[in-house]
Amino acid sequence: MWIFLATEILFFGGLFLTYTINRHTYAPMFAEASRTLDLKLGGFNTVVLIGSSLTMAMAVWSAQVGKKKLVTLFLILTLLLGCVFLGVKAIEYKQKFDENHVPGLNFQFEKNSDQAINAHAQLFFSLYFGMTGLHALHMVIGAGLLVWLIKQSIAGRFTPQYNTPVENVGLYWHFVDIVWIYLFPLLYLIDRH
Amino acid sequence: MSEHIVSPKLYLLIFVVLMVLTGTTVYAATVDLNQYYRGLNVIVALVIATCKALLVVLFFMHAYYSSKRTQLIIFAGVFWLAIMLSLTLGDYASRSWDVR
Repeated sequence: MWIFLATEILFFGGLFLTYTINRHTYAPMFAEASRTLDLKLGGFNTVVLIGSSLTMAMAVWSAQVGKKKLVTLFLILTLLLGCVFLGVKAIEYKQKFDENHVPGLNFQFEKNSDQAINAHAQLFFSLYFGMTGLHALHMVIGAGLLVWLIKQSIAGRFTPQYNTPVENVGLYWHFVDIVWIYLFPLLYLIDRH
Repeated sequence: MSEHIVSPKLYLLIFVVLMVLTGTTVYAATVDLNQYYRGLNVIVALVIATCKALLVVLFFMHAYYSSKRTQLIIFAGVFWLAIMLSLTLGDYASRSWDVR
């Protein structure tokens, strides 16, 4: 799983690299565009996702000490928190859609018609949707993995001797959390002063 | 596979630290640090994010308790990322024509 995660690091890394170069080149508009993101929702999602990492770690622990019912409980909690995260993301996307900040769908930044401003803002939002979208896709896959684990844990499959699937899905889930830990400040906290 | 069982207390502590760091990074964004040093805001943001990521990797992902082989794989992944970032950004930084 770690080797797979190494490939994931590079997968997301490429997008972060693109973001770095574009933010450096178009710094003022990136800051402006970033300010239109809802900081409260972003911050709330950060807390939710890190919380889900906590419950995931607790699921692994529960398997290690043989508390089978707790394994199921913590896996379900992790899945729930993950779904909350995705729900909030959906709300944010809808907001962006209503504000005409979705590239390609009648994009217009803040009612101005200056071509350069629109183009630079559109770059930010392309990266915003690309990176958070890829992240959300990984969350959905993670949710699917969690459902798979929950079914097995209900059947009492995970013991102190055998809990590798829980541990590995945990590694994947924590990785997706780490990606968000970087996404949040880079997208939402460019310039809030 | 011998495994070190991490106590829930430690997990909870790490979670609290992560929450504190999250609050700190949000607060830091509201302060104009760029007046002291160019780009200080993003440096601070990245340092805090890296601290958070380290805590997650070391403790939630058990890297602190893992074998040297596992730790090497983790380091290798980050190292390859560093190659991609440094060489590409180095290219951009050393261009003499307009980057637009």
